[in-house]
Amino acid sequence: MPDTAFADPDAGLSPAELAARHGLGFAGTRPTLGGYARQLWAYRHFIVAYSNARVSASFSLTRLGRLWQVLTPLTNAAVYYLIFGVVLATRHSTPNFIAYLCTGLFIFVFTQTVAQAGVASITGNMGLIRALHFPRACLPIAIALIELQNIGASMLVLTGIVLLTGEPLTWEWLLIFPALALQMIFNTGLGMFLARLGSKMTDLKQVIPFVMRTWMYGSGVFYASSLFAEHLPRWAAVIVEANPMLVYIELIRHAMLENVKLSSTLPHLWLLAVVWALVVFVGGYVYFWRGEQEYGRG
Amino acid sequence: MGVAEVAERPAEAGQRIPTVIVDDVHVVYRVQGPGTPGSGSPVAALSRMLTGKRTPGLREVHAIKGVSFTAYRGEAIGLIGSNGSGKSTILRAIAGLLPIEKGGLYTAGQPSLLGVNAALMNDLSGERNVELGCLAMGMSKADAKKNSPSIIEFSGINERGDFASLPMRTYSSGMAARLRFAIAAAKKHDVLLIDEALATGDARFRKRSEARVRELRAEAGTVFLVSHNNQSIIDTCERAIWLESGEIRGDGPTADVIKEYQQYMNRK
Repeated sequence: MPDTAFADPDAGLSPAELAARHGLGFAGTRPTLGGYARQLWAYRHFIVAYSNARVSASFSLTRLGRLWQVLTPLTNAAVYYLIFGVVLATRHSTPNFIAYLCTGLFIFVFTQTVAQAGVASITGNMGLIRALHFPRACLPIAIALIELQNIGASMLVLTGIVLLTGEPLTWEWLLIFPALALQMIFNTGLGMFLARLGSKMTDLKQVIPFVMRTWMYGSGVFYASSLFAEHLPRWAAVIVEANPMLVYIELIRHAMLENVKLSSTLPHLWLLAVVWALVVFVGGYVYFWRGEQEYGRG
Repeated sequence: MGVAEVAERPAEAGQRIPTVIVDDVHVVYRVQGPGTPGSGSPVAALSRMLTGKRTPGLREVHAIKGVSFTAYRGEAIGLIGSNGSGKSTILRAIAGLLPIEKGGLYTAGQPSLLGVNAALMNDLSGERNVELGCLAMGMSKADAKKNSPSIIEFSGINERGDFASLPMRTYSSGMAARLRFAIAAAKKHDVLLIDEALATGDARFRKRSEARVRELRAEAGTVFLVSHNNQSIIDTCERAIWLESGEIRGDGPTADVIKEYQQYMNRK
């Protein structure tokens, strides 16, 4: 039925030819990899504004507001200290166990929260996705940024804990910044990867907490990572020692604490940290970009 | 279909410039939800995992079944049809927000959809939402800041005291809809798609927004308007497209199409 009336010069052209003649673009074509990166850069202010908005919105109904960014890691540290430090008394084997535990915990939580929020970053924002046009990778990137704010608060708490437990402040503390930067790159890639995976497999959201908990036990958060080499067969120890979370945790421990037994040599750890960050970031970015047109469905 | 050829305003040199070409477009929703009774039980889910069958809860809804039309620069097109006929779906597809299953869809620039469910953040103040909305439309930070006061003024939310600094969850539905429209209308769009957004405002705001729609059209854009209010379609659009169950039932001058549509609705 749709006998669309074309004006004379365009008469007889097929819709595709007509579109080409007037320079119309195919709606919803995927930009190139580089073009996508440029779009994301153009939307950088939106990403920052959105992540700030998310943070203030999440605290808007609490009385203490942003104070929770500091209170949450403090409470976390207190609970784990009570269980592992007092009840189970693991501290005997590790010097300065409180600081050791908190470092591992906070660094792990940095990635854990990105994974948990990232997996829901598409499915939980369907309204926004169907209403506005922006590169969808803004959403997982914003989540990584939110957690960067939170780790900033956590690091303040951690500095207090570490100094109070008698560790000296040394130049090595400056290594915190490159280590966290690498972990941030790793997190952003992981967030983008899980965002697309979570939008296709909606059950993943239920599974992620268990995956993350298992991962946490394999990352030497609660016990000395040198135990891996002592108790596991050689091949298993190699796998566990390549675990990116263990790597990032060990780097921060090395930077902030004295007398820490590392699972691998320092250059090896830094190399692993860089490789993991690059592989996961590039992989996550490409994987997310390939699904850019699918995200409105469902 | 008995509607005559589209009555067009004469464009320059008699040639009309297309801005949106919709060519035999199909849209299919895949809905994941509780389907047949019993399929949600853990035992059923486990047996599905073992046998590798697809979730019965996954249902396909064929919302748009082969729609074709061409919209030209300077046109305002009203989309009419009963509830669930696919009006909002086709707008989302044109806006590139919903992937199409089959067919071709070509647009000039990036069409913007303005709908009542344009999700802003309810826990944030109106001001913050204005800033966020502007940035999400791709404005620069400076532009967003510059446009904020005029957007808030246009929306009229401050007519009864300083509401712009209150969280949006305290707004009435009409106020929230007005703010959304004001945000979207702040930018110049090649193609603007309006989904029921004008219906919620009061008479004064409706007049203001209709004037803004005419302005946007004069800036050589194309405006699509979805509404159940036939009068507002007649007032703003000279062309109307009537959709029913995902297919076009009529396309032509507003008065003719609306007459047919009304006859159809009364017959039912």
